[in-house]
Amino acid sequence: MDFGTLDLNTTWFILIAVLFAGYAVLDGFDLGVGTLHLFVKGDNERRILLNTIGPVWDGNEVWLVTGGGALFAAFPNVYATVFSGFYLALVLLLVSLIFRAVAIEFRSKRESRLWRGVWDTSFSLGSLLSGFLLGVAFGNVAAGIPLDARGEFTGSFWTLLRPYPIMVGITSIALFTMHGSIYALLKTDGTVHEKLRHWAPKAIGVFVACYALLTVSTFVWVPHLVDRFMSRPWLFCLAIVNLLAIANVVREIRRRRDWAAFLSSCIAVIMLLAICAIGMYPNLVLSAPNPEHSLTIRNASSSQKTLSVMLTIALIGMPLVIGYTSSIYYIFRGKVKLDRASY
Amino acid sequence: MDAIELSRLQFALTAAFHYLYPPMSIGLGLLLVLIEAAWLRTGNALYHQMARFWTRVFGLIFAMGVATGIVMEFEFGTNWAAYSRFVGDVFGSALAAEGIFAFFLESGFLAVLLFGWDKVSRRVHFLSTCMVCLGAHFSAIWIVVANSWMQTPAGFHIVGEGAGARAEITDFWAMVFNPSSVDRLFHTLCGAWQAGAFLVISVSAWYLLKRKHMDFARAAIRLALPVALVASLLQLLSGHISAQGIAKNQPVKLAAFEGLYDTTSNAPLRLFGWVDEKGESVVGPAIPSLLSVLAHNDPSKPVTGLREAAPDPKDRPPVNMTFQFFHLMVAVGFGLIFISVLGLYHSRRGSLADNRWLLWLLVISVLGPHIANQAGWFAAEVGRQPWIVQGLLRTSDAVSPVLKADAVIASVFLFTAVYLLLFAVFIYLLNDKIQHGPDEADLVPTGKLAGG
Repeated sequence: MDFGTLDLNTTWFILIAVLFAGYAVLDGFDLGVGTLHLFVKGDNERRILLNTIGPVWDGNEVWLVTGGGALFAAFPNVYATVFSGFYLALVLLLVSLIFRAVAIEFRSKRESRLWRGVWDTSFSLGSLLSGFLLGVAFGNVAAGIPLDARGEFTGSFWTLLRPYPIMVGITSIALFTMHGSIYALLKTDGTVHEKLRHWAPKAIGVFVACYALLTVSTFVWVPHLVDRFMSRPWLFCLAIVNLLAIANVVREIRRRRDWAAFLSSCIAVIMLLAICAIGMYPNLVLSAPNPEHSLTIRNASSSQKTLSVMLTIALIGMPLVIGYTSSIYYIFRGKVKLDRASY
Repeated sequence: MDAIELSRLQFALTAAFHYLYPPMSIGLGLLLVLIEAAWLRTGNALYHQMARFWTRVFGLIFAMGVATGIVMEFEFGTNWAAYSRFVGDVFGSALAAEGIFAFFLESGFLAVLLFGWDKVSRRVHFLSTCMVCLGAHFSAIWIVVANSWMQTPAGFHIVGEGAGARAEITDFWAMVFNPSSVDRLFHTLCGAWQAGAFLVISVSAWYLLKRKHMDFARAAIRLALPVALVASLLQLLSGHISAQGIAKNQPVKLAAFEGLYDTTSNAPLRLFGWVDEKGESVVGPAIPSLLSVLAHNDPSKPVTGLREAAPDPKDRPPVNMTFQFFHLMVAVGFGLIFISVLGLYHSRRGSLADNRWLLWLLVISVLGPHIANQAGWFAAEVGRQPWIVQGLLRTSDAVSPVLKADAVIASVFLFTAVYLLLFAVFIYLLNDKIQHGPDEADLVPTGKLAGG
């Protein structure tokens, strides 16, 4: 397909942000449910909680796989630099994702308490660590990492564990836990629901505290992320929408309007990513200290031909994906009822 | 070992372990479609019971495939960053297409396949099963396309020089339909159908041996044996077609398959043997002219030897290793044809259940497709060495420049430990499901399924 004068590099920057936002909204609640899993004590209640994400977690994780594939195809230099530079962190992320995935499948297959305890722990820690490591990786890319003239990472594993990225990691956990607790409220009733009713406001409180701290830290430590907002004050509208969405989560949960709370939570996740993306543009990986080595949407991209082929693929594929994803959510609508096919 | 050797070891380990599961998902997916079609057509609840049982097995296999699959995608970036920079423009689009067209389809409808039994009608469930099967096949298409481009690159040009050089797409469809894509896809899918069919055959034969779930086992084996035979015969044909393509496009690899050093007319095919790489010779019983026939459909045509195709030994793969993997694959391939013919013959005559030695053979036949699939991939990938992208990029130039050997040692140990644990648990749970057998309750469909 011919896209005329469309700026394909910017388009793909946006599309990759959309894919990662899709991942954060959808798998975000899966990871959050995982974090909450160990807090629920009874086996029946744990099964109910697990089965809120039972039919959908796998499809949700595909957003990460596809986002990664799209990043590889559209900006191969970013893929190469970040993945090889963050080697051990990403190996740990893989192991977390593996344990989380198999634990979901394995845990209910045997009756033994020890068996279930082991896989419950593996599921919960895997979810927690996945959210944390994704946040740390994202925090590093946004805050800047040392790159040489060829765009290769010159730091070490310890470079990644600076206070700001760690704070992003912790905020990610808090965000996903809040998001997951509200999702689980929608999908449960009975005693689990009552417990979640009790926990959700706490999760929201923790997130709001993390969010406030992270915002202040961003202004102090990584001011380049807010430069564009300073020069174009109308962009602060997005920040205001974000704040309103978070405030509305608090309000709707108090009024027990869980659907409205969940939608607000989705908007909050999307807005957070949008604000980060706008702050980073046109950089994909900021080089700090030497900003001239940064990987941008121009110097890190594939050819125009590939970007346009990929856009064609996305335009054909994404409507289909959204179509059948929605029908799956529709088929599995309503509160979770355990049956023989459940996890 | 340095970072390159270790990264190769790790990729081989993680890819080989992953590749136990997708062939079974693809093949069992096809079997599930056939089982549910039989249920729709006959209304016989036995097929419902069969679909439920094999769906549970499918779920376990699928979870293993998902969990281990994402590792390779990451490894392209973590361990093979120079490769990723070089091929991203070409390879990345196939990988992204796999995500968009295959994985979403597969994982979305998997939800209905596994958990939708009481929520949707028979037809919708059947449709979902077809979609999961289709998605699994799509994912094979895109990943085999990407790998085939590494074997026979097409539809690209090289931009830049030295370490900054990279391949860019000039023609997307020429990239997709590069010279080996279709042949290798056909070969891969046949192997996957065999893996699915022989899994069903093996478990059913076990029940017949133990005189348990006899009706269930007989019906399943009757469905699976023809699939196994057709897939095994097609595999023979596909192997022949592939060999002709390799003779044309990758003569070094074909010569390594047979340990052929001199360009030879009436080139023989060895039944088995050993390659002396120092002395550049091969020993072993051979069928005269068969390699010439395999490669060119003509016994008198010469097959190019390694001395001509790759005069510098540095441009050759490890010949004996390639030879052994290739011959193992071929031997097992013929064995599977033999087993499926024998099985089908006795199943048609109704004498299968009394033939204990044959049942035992069928039980262990499940290993056959896995051995052949693994050996085939090793032959294909080792045979392409020293290139990671044939003729364009050497494996030794493809590794991440910033990677330290001790980091890879750590990850090799970690993946080995994790995969050993997962494999043990997988086998334990699979055995558990098989010992438990089909659920009697599944003979009575419930919910919307009861309505037909």
